[in-house]
Amino acid sequence: MDNNTTNNSIGIVNYGAGNIFSLTAALDRQNIPYAMVNTEADLEKHSHIIIPGVGHAGTAMQKLQQTGLVKAIKQLKKPVLGICVGMQLLTTHSEEGNADLLDIIPLQTKLFDKNLGIKIPHMGWNNIDFTNNLLFSNVKPHTQFYFVHSYFIEYNPTFDIASVNYGNKFSAAIQKDNFFGVQFHPEKSGEAGEQLLKNFSNLNF
Amino acid sequence: MLSKRIIPCLDVKDGRTVKGVNFVDLRDAGDPVELAAQYAQQGADELVFLDITATHERRKTMIEMVKSVARQLNIPFTIGGGITEIADADALLNAGADKISINSAAVRSPQLIEDLAKAFGVQFVVVAVDTKQVDGKNWVHLNGGRLITALETEDWIKQAENLGAGEILLTSMDHDGTKAGFDCGLLSKVNQMINIPIIASGGAGSMAHFTEVFQKAGVDAALAASVFHYGEILIPELKTELSKHNIPIRI
Repeated sequence: MDNNTTNNSIGIVNYGAGNIFSLTAALDRQNIPYAMVNTEADLEKHSHIIIPGVGHAGTAMQKLQQTGLVKAIKQLKKPVLGICVGMQLLTTHSEEGNADLLDIIPLQTKLFDKNLGIKIPHMGWNNIDFTNNLLFSNVKPHTQFYFVHSYFIEYNPTFDIASVNYGNKFSAAIQKDNFFGVQFHPEKSGEAGEQLLKNFSNLNF
Repeated sequence: MLSKRIIPCLDVKDGRTVKGVNFVDLRDAGDPVELAAQYAQQGADELVFLDITATHERRKTMIEMVKSVARQLNIPFTIGGGITEIADADALLNAGADKISINSAAVRSPQLIEDLAKAFGVQFVVVAVDTKQVDGKNWVHLNGGRLITALETEDWIKQAENLGAGEILLTSMDHDGTKAGFDCGLLSKVNQMINIPIIASGGAGSMAHFTEVFQKAGVDAALAASVFHYGEILIPELKTELSKHNIPIRI
């Protein structure tokens, strides 16, 4: 069934922000090996790192700081994928809790504007426009992914690798060097989401 | 464009799926985990499981079921039924549930909505409201429609939104089980009143009813049970039909 022939494995940063069961279940279904990352030494053990996250960005950042892993994460040279709030943590600042974040990718995380006539949260399946990026290998153009969020990452063509429209255009996925982030939930986005997780696990830097 | 969602609802009792007409006369319609996987494959956008188990074993049974579902399922799902405190929600979150739905516990203690939203984020908290018309007004009902409250439906929904509900699941008890169509009048009114997503529930009998509820009421999602469980409406055909009417859906 599975073509993962490398010794790749994913370390999931375990900082107590959200629903890791769904993520590990998705990795299990794809036969992608993974383990939890609790220490700096754990970060070294894996070829790829995922920062999950659900909930409040400011609170999530506090929890991440309590792990003592912030400095080591910022220095990583291996592929890193932030999911949802995990993606937002990669940015400089969030309006949610007026929080300073990891500042790995110089972008702002902002609150959706109610006055645009949209409901908040942005909840459900929306189609994304992605650039030619290995993270989206074998994903069909305009594929829909599952989003649940009230804050978004501003669109900036320098770092944007997938955009989406809801009220305004914003980033569904971003990249800077080895750091990737997706606003949607690949673990909840059907086969396309599973493909994306597989693509990430096969990235080489 | 954000798609309108089609949500099969699975009533679960003692780990098995059941669906009643007007909430009585329960019939067995299969294994929840298997049904869930089938629905995901057919193109369901999300699933709702409502636990109607009344025994002391319910929590343990439910957690095991949620874990089994989360292992199999690659789309989001909501769990409702019997959630009365933060600890219940926490256990469900850790078992892989994407959202929880609270109903009577929220009516009895509105503070629960706020507490859950603070602990897990508004996106985790669905407030389910069962409504029934009495003397021309819509009243919130509990216990599967048997118990009327002093809350007017529209007022309660507005309050729930203000307290931190991330989504409203509105079931018309007058329409539920009739297969005569959704309560588009009330749904439309509520949809315009709130700024969070709303799921329409109760009354789905034909594909035209889904078209109608999206076009007339503008709701974000439509939920149904028996028409899906017994194959009276097939999700791929429903989605083809909706797209013919230019309703944004996920194919």
